[in-house]
Formats: sequence, C-alpha cells, structure tokens
Amino acid sequence: MLRLRAALAGLALTVSSFAVHAAQEAVTTFTLDNGMQVVVVEDHRAPVLQHMVWYKAGSADEPVGSSGVAHFLEHLLFKATDTLADGELSATVAANGGTDNAFTSYDYTAYFQRVAADRLELMMRMEADRMRNINFTPQNVATERDVILEERNQRTDSNPRALYSEQINAAQYLNHRYGVPIIGWRHEMEALDMDDALGFYDTYYYPNNAILVVSGDVTPEEVRELADKYYGVIPANPDLPERVRSQEPPQTAERRLIYRDARVGQEYVSRSYLAPERDPGDQEAAAALTLLAEVLGGGQTSYMTEKLQFEQQKAVFSGAFYRGTSLDDTTFDVVIVPVPGLSLEEAEAAMDETLAQFLDDGVDSALLERIKYQLRASQIYERDNVDGIARRYGAALSVGLTVEDVQAWPDILQAVTEEDIMEAARMVLNRNASVTGWLTRPLSEEVTQ
Amino acid sequence: MIRIFAALTIALFATLPARAEVDITEVVSPGGITAWLVQEPSIPFMALEVRFRGGASLDAPDKRGAVNLMTGLLEEGAADLDARAFARELEALAASFDYDVSDDSLAVSARFLTENRDEAVELLRKSIIEPTFEQEALDRVREQVLTGLRSDAQDPNEIARAAFNKMAYGDHPYGSNYRGTTDSVTALTREDMIDAHRAVFAKDRLYVGAVGDITPEELGPLLDELLGALPDEGAPQPGPADILIEGGTTVVPFDTPQSVALFGQAGIEQDDPDFFAARVLNQVIGAGGFESRLMTEVREKRGLTYGVYSFLVPQDHAATYQGQVASANDRIAEAVSVIRDEWARAAAEGVTEDELEAAKLYVTGAYPLRFDGNGPIARIMVGMQMLGLPIDYIATRNDKVEAVTLEDVKRVAGELLDPDSLHFVVVGQPEGLETTVAN
Repeated sequence: MLRLRAALAGLALTVSSFAVHAAQEAVTTFTLDNGMQVVVVEDHRAPVLQHMVWYKAGSADEPVGSSGVAHFLEHLLFKATDTLADGELSATVAANGGTDNAFTSYDYTAYFQRVAADRLELMMRMEADRMRNINFTPQNVATERDVILEERNQRTDSNPRALYSEQINAAQYLNHRYGVPIIGWRHEMEALDMDDALGFYDTYYYPNNAILVVSGDVTPEEVRELADKYYGVIPANPDLPERVRSQEPPQTAERRLIYRDARVGQEYVSRSYLAPERDPGDQEAAAALTLLAEVLGGGQTSYMTEKLQFEQQKAVFSGAFYRGTSLDDTTFDVVIVPVPGLSLEEAEAAMDETLAQFLDDGVDSALLERIKYQLRASQIYERDNVDGIARRYGAALSVGLTVEDVQAWPDILQAVTEEDIMEAARMVLNRNASVTGWLTRPLSEEVTQ
Repeated sequence: MIRIFAALTIALFATLPARAEVDITEVVSPGGITAWLVQEPSIPFMALEVRFRGGASLDAPDKRGAVNLMTGLLEEGAADLDARAFARELEALAASFDYDVSDDSLAVSARFLTENRDEAVELLRKSIIEPTFEQEALDRVREQVLTGLRSDAQDPNEIARAAFNKMAYGDHPYGSNYRGTTDSVTALTREDMIDAHRAVFAKDRLYVGAVGDITPEELGPLLDELLGALPDEGAPQPGPADILIEGGTTVVPFDTPQSVALFGQAGIEQDDPDFFAARVLNQVIGAGGFESRLMTEVREKRGLTYGVYSFLVPQDHAATYQGQVASANDRIAEAVSVIRDEWARAAAEGVTEDELEAAKLYVTGAYPLRFDGNGPIARIMVGMQMLGLPIDYIATRNDKVEAVTLEDVKRVAGELLDPDSLHFVVVGQPEGLETTVAN
C-alpha cells in the first residue's frame, strides 16, 4: 500500500496537466451584441447535443408575497407562444427524438433539450421564441396552478424530510429569500395569477439576463451564427433590475427546532451553519469549505464516518455538505442518523464531540491527498459527460461567477492547505449562526409505545 | 471509437429512420470469458460492466434479503483489507465501484483510470472473489439495510410497490421485497452471506461489457485476472412467476395529503415479435414526455397530477404492464377514472396515424441519445447480451420500430390492453375509492 501511494503521487502531475489542457480545449465562451452570454462545450464523439438557456432569475428574485412564481412561470413557458401552440415545443422536440425539460432554483431558471446534433437551429428558434413571445391563457394559469400544487404535494408535503428542510431553511435565514422554498409556500402558490407570472417574465426574460450553453457535437462557429440569428435579434432590457436582495444581518443566536411527523421512518439530527459562497475573484474561502466538507464528512474514510460509524458505532450514517455555487450566503450542513437505541440527544452530543475533536486533531494529510487526487481524476471522468460540464458553467455564470472563475476553480481547490481547512472550520462551525434540528415522530406515539 | 449516426431528417414528422451504430468487438479471454468491447481511447479511463443473472431472486427460502445484504458487504472488507482499508485504497485510485442488485441480476459497474488500471482491477477482484463478510461489517451494514426498510415502511411509493408485487406475483420471489423484511434481515448470518455469494457469482450467468481506453489484447488477460477464479456454476434460477393480477382496486390507508397509485396488468415479453408494437403503443399511452395520452388527459387538461406514466416491465420470469400517478386525496379518484377510460379507449381503438408516426419518430430518434458515455454504452451492451441479441443489433433496432404498422398497434392494443384486469393499488386517504373484493 505504501508503494502504491508513492506511485500515485508521482503520477499526479500527469493527471493534472492533461485535465486542464483538455478542459481548456473543450470550452469556448463569447457574448452576443445584446449581452447574452454563450458557452460552448465540444465533444464530437457522438452526433448529439444539449441546448440550454439559463435565466439569472430564481425563487430568491421573486417579489415578496409571490413565492413560487419563478417555478410557476417555468411551467407556463411550455404553453403557447405567438407562433407555437400549447405544448407544441415539447411535442416538436419529442417528434425529433429529443427530450426537454426545465428546472428552477434559488438563483436561476433553466430550460434544456437533448437532441440529435443537426436539430440545433430548430431548438434555438423555439427557445428564442418563448423568451419574449409567451402567450398563455387564464385557463392555462388555472390548470397549471393545480399542477404545481400537486408537485408540492408530491415533493414536499408527502415527504417529512422535505418539510423538515423547509423549516430549517426558514429558521436559518432571518432576512434573505433563501429562507422561502423554491416551490413556494402553499398559501401563496394558491394565489398566484397571470399578472404575477407575466410580471416576473417581463422583468427577467431578456437576452442580457440569459446564458446560452450548448454542449456536444457542435462547433463554436455554428453556435455563434445561429445564436446571432435567433437570440441576437432580441432587444436587451435596458431596465433590468440590479440583482440586490436583502442580506442577512449578523446572526447572533443559536436556533433549535423539532419537526414531528408520524410518517418519519428514520429519525435524525442535522445542523446547518450560515456559510460564505464562491464570489467572483474570491473563491478561496469557498474552496476551503468544499474540502472541509469532504475531509469532515464526505466519504467512507472521512473524519465523521471514521469516528461515528466505525469507532464509536453510534451512527448508521453521518456526513457534511457544502454547496458553494450560490449568489448569496449559503450553508454548511452536518447530519447524524443514530443507530437504534441511541436517542437524538445522545446522537447530537456524539456529533458535537466529534466536531470538537476534529478542531483539535486537524486534517489527516493522507486523506486530503486522496481527495485532491480524486478531484483531479474527476476532470478526466467529466470529459465523458460534457452535459455535466455545461451545467457547471450554467450554474456558475447564473450566480455571477465569471468564466475565469470557473476555470480557476480546480487549481484553487488543489492549492487549499490543511491550515486553510482548519481556519475554514473554525470560521464556519459557529453555533450562533446555526440551526440545529431534530426530525422525529410525534410525542403521543412515543408515549403509547 | 464510437460512431452513432442520428437521424438526418430536418423537416418535422419526416419519416427517414434514425440510425445508431456502435462498433462492438467480441473479445474472448484466454480463459474463455466473453466480453463485448467498444474502444474509446480519447479519454484515459474505462468503464466496465459485469453482471450476473439471477440477483436477488436467488435468495434461499427464508433468507429473503440475503443477496442484497451480501451485495452491500462486497466493498466492506475483502482479502487482506478491512472495510476502511478497502475504502482508502479505492479513494487513492480515484476509481468507483458500484454494486447494484435487483430482482434479475447483480451488476458491478466500475470505472477506473488507465494510469492505475492494474491496481484497480486487483482491488475489484478482491471484492468480487474474496469478500470476507466480517461480523462487524455484517452488523453495521445490516443496520443500514434495516434503516432503509424502516423508511420504506413509511413511504407511500414503497408501500404501494410492496402491496402491488404481493398481489401480482404471490409467493414467487418477485412477490416480496428483495431487501427482505425486518425479521428476515435480522436473522441473517455470516454463513448466509457465504451461501448467497456462492449462489450468485458464477461463470454460467456472467455478462461483461467494456468501453474505453483499452485494446482487445489488453482486455482478455484483464478478464481472466478479474473473473477467472469464479466457479463454473451457481444456484438454479427460479421458474416463471404466475401473474395473479385481477381487475379492481386495493386501498392501503395511509395518513398523507396526496395518494399514490400504482396500477398494472399482465404485459409482453421482450422477445415477443410484437414487443416493438407494444413499445410504440406505450409511447402513445404514457411513456414519459408531455405528449402522452395520460399526461395530456390527467395533467395538461385537468391539472390532476404532477406526473403520470406507464411502462412495460419485461422481467426474466414475468412480464407486466404498469403505471403510476399521484394526486391529492380528493382528486385521485378522478385521476384513476381518467386512466381507466384511456386504457379502454386504446384497447378499443388503437392509436391514430399521427400518434403512431410521432411515437416512432421519438422512439427511433431517442435511441442514439442513450449512447452518451462509456458507462451507459457498457450497460447497454450487457443488456443486449442478456437478451440474446446479436452483436449488430444496434444498427438494426430502429428498422424494427419503423416496421410497426397502424394495424400492428391496433391488433396489439386489443390483445395486450385488458381494462377489466387493470388493478390499482392506492396508498393514502383517497376519497371515493374503496378496496374491491376479487371474485
């Protein structure tokens, strides 16, 4: 084993230089005259491509009182335009053997199609059409509102873990819209109407607020020519609002909550801490947090897994999570699922002891080395999935990062030191900026058992 | 090198067939192990798919869940490595090994870099051939399985699945959860793990697909190194399942705001000459997308659900035709009623010429899009081998779809769709639905 690791260390440089070289070759970026950003990720192995348009508008950009409207509008964009009938866009994609869909997040809304490579022009014509020419009816609004309420039933109200997460987020954010669920609060969803949807559309759906990302068997020249023809002719919105949301004040009080639900199959404890996100030209803290999550609770050999699952055998599962690609303050999360017979109180105590011990012990160098090697290797594996690279660029540019930031990110991760990680840990594991939650069963049930 | 020729049609609803072609080589190792290979040297890694027919259906009587638990233990200690040492080695290689068990097979999906291929194959070999099943690991992973079972017991989708399978397949292995019950899993021993391992892993049920940066000359010895020590024969496969589905409705009360419905009837085997007609028929009825009849009627027109789907389920020992939907408790009855009507309408009338053409264009056009990476291609090749398809099948598959006529679909719709035997299992507090009593 020692010899194996030495051999790997020697090979590390090869991996790194190959991957960086390959990534730079595959990605081309430019901007149309009207301000629409374009990213092209090439892979010519199969005549297939993915066409995506990302809008820098998500649930955190919604007006107060209209939670869920970003996602509602996403649904309505599959209805009629001035030239396409209800559902015709999807039907056309399907009739060409393709698949299409869309998704909404806090910071962006994105629409995409996967089709044969020779269908790019058709996709652009239809996607450009619905950027400005949507034309849905009151009947569409009424029916689709029922659909999103059923979606909320399915995703959230039928799932105790999702309901619990809503409560955690709402408690975590004192002043920022990240505390409101993407799908919306039910009572506000029920009141969404055509004016709400059109208001959001007419504010944000413009080329200077959008990013075109095409990946697969396509050249930048082809994309530029077609993008100029279909997207380039759409006027920019000169009144695009500046993307400023109400920010979090200093968080000075630890919060705790208990969510009880008879449908809970497995109880657990989790905690979220307010954490900084990746910022343009300033990604070092986020990189350290990314590696902290891996070292602390990322995999089978991480610190929490070693202590809580293997050594103390107090957890069935434990982990740490961080997502740095966010416009505003994000969270760093830890969780412990206790073994049977261990109470949530004991589980929380075990987790806290482990976190405290980690701050004393510091980072295992061999573990950090393995994680960095896996990150380098992921750049090789990623070349087999250019749609994944495309999504990474789309999400990063949607939250205000630049192409340079995206391309610098792998090297910034590699440069993180053990000291950086411990500094990030001391900074982020601040109970005053945290929410600790218990997902558990109702009291009455416990009494009767 | 992968070559896939997609449709060259530009006009909508044009009728030129789409073509997909993948250059597959059959490799037979010096030791006699067969694999299908697609060389793809442009990225320095490979994907390897190794599958064993039988999977969880090989559980011994009263040992339900043994194969599943055994699968979970493969990477929890092997040869000279305990669970943690194994995990460290795997991470140090930046390889990934996934072990996945289902009713019909146990699948090992691996990917590893060219630069440390030999070390990765040796580690993978240890997990397949020499797992240790240490008691400490067994107890730990057992607890993870039990945790999953406890969650399933509170999950409307899992409750519906369990009730449907019991109703449809009775005492056949398909009729019970392959992860076992709390009781059966709690009772499993190390000896049971060794027996399950011996039952599943053997050369007489082995299928291999490899895609990536490797030549046929390199792959042969790799196969012998990895799999040469397997025994020739494993446990016998279970016989065919009797499909016991009768028409009606089963309501499983569960306190939740939205009911989940799983519905189904007898289906069609994948080697049936009419399978592609059925595939096209299902495309029209409810196979994903926003255009299917079910999606149009239940979601787009009435807003009764976020999603409704139907799917052919041709398994090794039984073929069924199933679907699912979820609607609020006060609306699920209407959703069920609309689905029943659509089932009857399609059985009586088949599909329209326009629907047939749109479905064929989708089914043929979507085919090349499946070949989107080394891992997916390796999995497709193993699936082809398990179905006994010829090595040049990919190039001819769309012709079989194209050959489906309106009359074929109408005839197959009449033969396959049986509205009277379509059974709905509904989990929730559905208003206006009750369990029917079978005659």
